[in-house]
Amino acid sequence: MSHRVRRGLSALLSSLSGLAALLIVSMLVVILVDVFLGGVGHLSWEFLTQPPSEGMMEGGIFPALYGTAVLTLLMTVAVMPVGVATAVYLHEYAPPHSVLARAVRVAVHNLAGVPSIVYGLFGLGFFVHFVGGGLDRALGSRELHWGQPSLLWAALTLAVLTLPVVIVSTEEALRAVPVEHRTASLALGATQSQTLFRVVLPGALPGILTGAVLAVSRGAGEVAPILFTGVSYYLPDLPDSLSSQFMHLGYHTYVLATQSPDVEASRPLLYATVLVLLALTFALNLVAILIRARTRRRGD
Amino acid sequence: MQQGLVGVAPIPRLSAQARWRQVRERLVAGVVTLAAFAGIAALVLILVFVAKEALRLLVSEEARQEVSLGKLFLPQVVREGRPATFMWQPVSAVPKVSMIPLFIGTLKMTLVAMVVAVPLGVAAALYTSEFAPRRLREVLKPTIEMLAAIPSVVIGFFLLMVLASALQEALGLPSRLNALLAGLGLALAIVPVIYTVSEDALTAVPRSYREASLALGATPWETAWRVVLPAAAPGVLAACVLGFGRAIGETMIVLMASGNAALPTWQLTDSARSMSATIAAEMGEVVVGSTHYSLLFLIGVELFLFTFVLNLLAAAWTRAVLRRLGGAEAR
Repeated sequence: MSHRVRRGLSALLSSLSGLAALLIVSMLVVILVDVFLGGVGHLSWEFLTQPPSEGMMEGGIFPALYGTAVLTLLMTVAVMPVGVATAVYLHEYAPPHSVLARAVRVAVHNLAGVPSIVYGLFGLGFFVHFVGGGLDRALGSRELHWGQPSLLWAALTLAVLTLPVVIVSTEEALRAVPVEHRTASLALGATQSQTLFRVVLPGALPGILTGAVLAVSRGAGEVAPILFTGVSYYLPDLPDSLSSQFMHLGYHTYVLATQSPDVEASRPLLYATVLVLLALTFALNLVAILIRARTRRRGD
Repeated sequence: MQQGLVGVAPIPRLSAQARWRQVRERLVAGVVTLAAFAGIAALVLILVFVAKEALRLLVSEEARQEVSLGKLFLPQVVREGRPATFMWQPVSAVPKVSMIPLFIGTLKMTLVAMVVAVPLGVAAALYTSEFAPRRLREVLKPTIEMLAAIPSVVIGFFLLMVLASALQEALGLPSRLNALLAGLGLALAIVPVIYTVSEDALTAVPRSYREASLALGATPWETAWRVVLPAAAPGVLAACVLGFGRAIGETMIVLMASGNAALPTWQLTDSARSMSATIAAEMGEVVVGSTHYSLLFLIGVELFLFTFVLNLLAAAWTRAVLRRLGGAEAR
């Protein structure tokens, strides 16, 4: 093949690969534009603050927003301490070549790959039936109170689901703290835990926050794990205790899209709900990216 | 100066402050180590509690009558006079519990997703790491990673509202919701994963490889295709395996777009049902503790084991790429 032909071929094929990238980006744009155009007309303050009415055909999505917010808040409170502590162990305390450290890393890697519906089964079998049922029996109540799907169990299930995200982000953040900071602190006479709490963790805070934000973003979007651990489609009241069920933006989208009695009538409502959900997850991801970008620039 | 060891210095007694400091150190180390166990505990608990419900199939008399290895995997005569076939219909007078339609459904959709997502993702990763100008690269990578931020329920929504009708009109399909549509949705979900991990593997290839190839007269494409990509191959393969695992386990997209009919055909334009969608769809109406309930947990065990094995493979491949590149670099 002559050199000119080879060069032409090279230009052609590399452009084709650019086309692939363009195709992916355009799919993203199509989805975003479609959701935006379909939903922005229905957005309003009432939509965000009112409960649904007229058999879910009218009204707002406030209970779903509230349920999503409370769920992710509980999940974050549950996952952050465990996740950060595990990452601290892996990065600061584990002896080199430690068997436990290697086992934890393998476990976390595999946890990240478990399908979300299996997490739902786990939440049902372990949290709802085993822990919840056991709690009911221990408290001597004859009727099911903790042994059924609820906010608490759904939040804990999501916490296990997002544990790998928090651990990985926190480890990345700990790695970003220069080792000189640690050695300087120890040289000045601080103990390991003092160094940890007063030098390393504050320095790693942006990355830890990134992990929290990414976890919240996943928690707001995942529907499969909460399907049988606590979510509900129509609840007359807002959840008032840890054992209540709750509504959720993602689940609301799913039910509206697949089981709506009148698809055309609920179309604007559905689009607006999806727009809110997308806006939420994107905003959270953007915040995480910004924190990460600023940390990287600061560290240079 | 004292002679010899007369009057050896006494063991100093720690002040209360110093003693508290030692206790605190040990406490923090203990708490942190305990937390590390949480990760392992979670994985073990998931396996134990999902398998526990599925194990009931082996133990309960009633379950053993309805379900057996043969009933799960071999063709069964469903109606008198008709040939033996595979059917999943656990809710009926005579429960039919063949896993085969679910396996076929899952595989159909996942294969469609892989056939679409792997070329797209790897090509885009190749473009980003080899051909794109630097400023474009800095925009392209986060943009495609944004696709990963879209919840799968939104992708399923998009499929239902827009793509399903468009596809049906374009191809004249009999079923609006089918395996092909679900496969395309899955592809949308896994392309970012394949892209990101492949791109990381490609950029990890040392620059000296590219420079040597170009110096020997190869064109940029030849360098990318015959030097860089093979060097990053284990990482790219790991990316594909990760995408495959994600596609197998994905629930919401399939639930919304596949038609949810457990047909044991390989026809892409038929409705299909995946394992994860089966669990999601039927768990709501099942009696706790019944055979059907245990069967759904059995499907969960199968999913868990499958993705577990896939993850081990991906991890082994990634280690191989690090070893291969690290060794070459050292030389």
